Amino acid sequence: MTFRHKHILGTEQLSRDDIELILDTADSFKEINAREIKKVPTLRGKTIINLFYEASTRTRTSFEIAGKRLSADTVNITASSSSVVKGETLEDTAKNIEAMKPDIIVMRHAASGAPHYLAERLDCSVINAGDGAHEHPSQALLDLLTIREKKGRLEGLTVAIVGDITHSRVARSNLYAMKKMGMTVRLVGPGTMMPPGIERLGAEVYTDMREALRDADVVMMLRIQLERQGKTMLPTLREYARFYGLNLENLKLAKPDAIVLHPGPMNRGVEISSYVADGAQSVILDQVENGVAIRMALLYLVAGGESKEA
Amino acid sequence: MNILIKNGRVIDPAQGIDEVLDLLIQDGKIAKVGKGLQGEGEVIDATGKLVTAGLIDIHVHLRDPGQEYKEDIVTGTRAAAAGGFTSVACMPNTNPVNDNKAVTLYILNKAKEEGLVNVFPVGAITKGLKGESLSEMGELRDVGCLAVSDDGKPVASGELMRRAMEYSRPFGLTIIAHSEELSLVGEGVMNDGFVATELGLKGIPWVAEDAAIARDVMLAEYTGARLHVAHVSTKGAVEIVRQAKKRGVQVTCEATPHHFTLTDEAVRGYNTNAKMNPPLRSADDLAAVRAGLADGTIDSIATDHAPHHIDEKNVEFNIALNGVVGLETALPLTLRLVEEKVLPLADAIARLTVGPARALGIPRGTLEAGAPADVTVIDPELAWTVEPQKLQSKSKNTPFAGWPMKGAAVVTIVGGKVVWKK
Repeated sequence: MTFRHKHILGTEQLSRDDIELILDTADSFKEINAREIKKVPTLRGKTIINLFYEASTRTRTSFEIAGKRLSADTVNITASSSSVVKGETLEDTAKNIEAMKPDIIVMRHAASGAPHYLAERLDCSVINAGDGAHEHPSQALLDLLTIREKKGRLEGLTVAIVGDITHSRVARSNLYAMKKMGMTVRLVGPGTMMPPGIERLGAEVYTDMREALRDADVVMMLRIQLERQGKTMLPTLREYARFYGLNLENLKLAKPDAIVLHPGPMNRGVEISSYVADGAQSVILDQVENGVAIRMALLYLVAGGESKEA
Repeated sequence: MNILIKNGRVIDPAQGIDEVLDLLIQDGKIAKVGKGLQGEGEVIDATGKLVTAGLIDIHVHLRDPGQEYKEDIVTGTRAAAAGGFTSVACMPNTNPVNDNKAVTLYILNKAKEEGLVNVFPVGAITKGLKGESLSEMGELRDVGCLAVSDDGKPVASGELMRRAMEYSRPFGLTIIAHSEELSLVGEGVMNDGFVATELGLKGIPWVAEDAAIARDVMLAEYTGARLHVAHVSTKGAVEIVRQAKKRGVQVTCEATPHHFTLTDEAVRGYNTNAKMNPPLRSADDLAAVRAGLADGTIDSIATDHAPHHIDEKNVEFNIALNGVVGLETALPLTLRLVEEKVLPLADAIARLTVGPARALGIPRGTLEAGAPADVTVIDPELAWTVEPQKLQSKSKNTPFAGWPMKGAAVVTIVGGKVVWKK
């Protein structure tokens, strides 16, 4: 099949077939990452700009490595070193970048909808690397790749996503994608962090983490970000850890072979205990590894690749 | 200069008139409404048209002085005339703020010299709209303000709002309340609900509006002040005003065409022209606002005409400014309510004429003999499409771009003078 999307703005836009194609393509790229010479000429001559308006180490590095392993020329622009601080509008910044003829802009922005804004105005492809509390499609896809790898399937699995759902683009992108793949998605978090109407997107909303964990195949912990959530959302991190933290004890409620994911960066001892994060059920570093393969697949497919050979 | 408007369907809810009649204007006043009238001067054939008192918009932002790049008194009143409005009340959030005699006089003088329609400046409740101390309301009244408001912001302190009501009352001023509990609004940029959840945008809950309106209505009840609640947009707000009216509280309120036409679904695609304050609400709220218009709880339709430059809208959703232009689309959107059988035509006209006139306390909004000759002739069948670039307003921030409309003002007469003709 062919990939019809010029932009990757969210998993909401993707069909089940699209997702399967992306995961299969990523699988084939994983092999490259294991080679001694980790580079193929697939995107030679293509220019990719990583336009990051929000601090990010993992995602930006992952996209950069993905581009380089496909032999694209990658350029990083971060908010602090760009003209953003001079008060230039997003449209002007984008148009200026576009005038330099990139093929793909990978964008992270604190404003929900910012990549859509760009996609509407530019001719090149736009890949959303996280917009506000809206979507983070490459994260959800790498999560699915990791789950599929470990579990051998996606259909029929039950996932518990725990934490601040309101502010989480990871939760939204995973919810859209997982529902399309036939998975059951349970959400649980503090009452101040559960957005209205989320069940209309197919989620099962829980109030008790222990209930949400029961017999789950996959547990996904979200980062709690006090700087984003303000002072009124939670009493203390101590209490958060008590009711919404994952530890060896409550993890036992999930299936014995359940796997634990975290998009990072982790707050050890808050949403996840180190014993779990570093334990046998943790696949957190596999997620990071798969992130490169997923981003290679996205860049490749958006750049117009149709076959799966690398 | 006389004008005779012949054979129009004259609708004057203030007098209970709704029949095909002639209307004679003499010396800037309504002379007579009746059958087979004769008169010298200009004759306007209004066959098939509606003839109403000039429409009144109790809530506009003319942006003059200070933000003339968005709108000024000339373009704003031209947009009003084109939309069928003969009187507008302009909010004080100008630069400098209209919290003093000099600014009020500037607005009145410029409107008189260059404006096309009557302009009624609304003074500030608090100095500089800062919510700290009362403006000199007595002097504002003396130079021509009929109402005071901190529109754009609530008066956050209950104590200060109480004193504003007590102080304004003997001056006969109407308090126009922009009621909003800011601590509940937080960093919200659209209605709190499913659409906000999907778009990942921070929500403004309805309770932020309801709680504040409840406080202001109760303060009006306590002080006996005359309160007009601006832009009600929630089910709860309509109900609070409905109950207050039943108790005899001196409260009036308005709803905007965007709140009775659109819901928060319009924000999808991060459409900044669907960003305003209060935000577009849910379908339930829209139904309640319509019910409030139908039963008269909401006595005025007001546009909250809020021009913004394209640069202020062509940005990320969360930093786009709040507000939409509305003067040129209010009439057809109101007529659409009639077509959808939300309320009868005469009631719809009342919400655009006598309703706001009473809220402001002005002897307009009627075609009674002796009233100022502010008249709007409406072609209810005229079909047109909203093309932002063709709007008279300096700003083009309408959420109705491309919408087919039915109905438009074809002649707008202010003080016996034709100021707009289509």
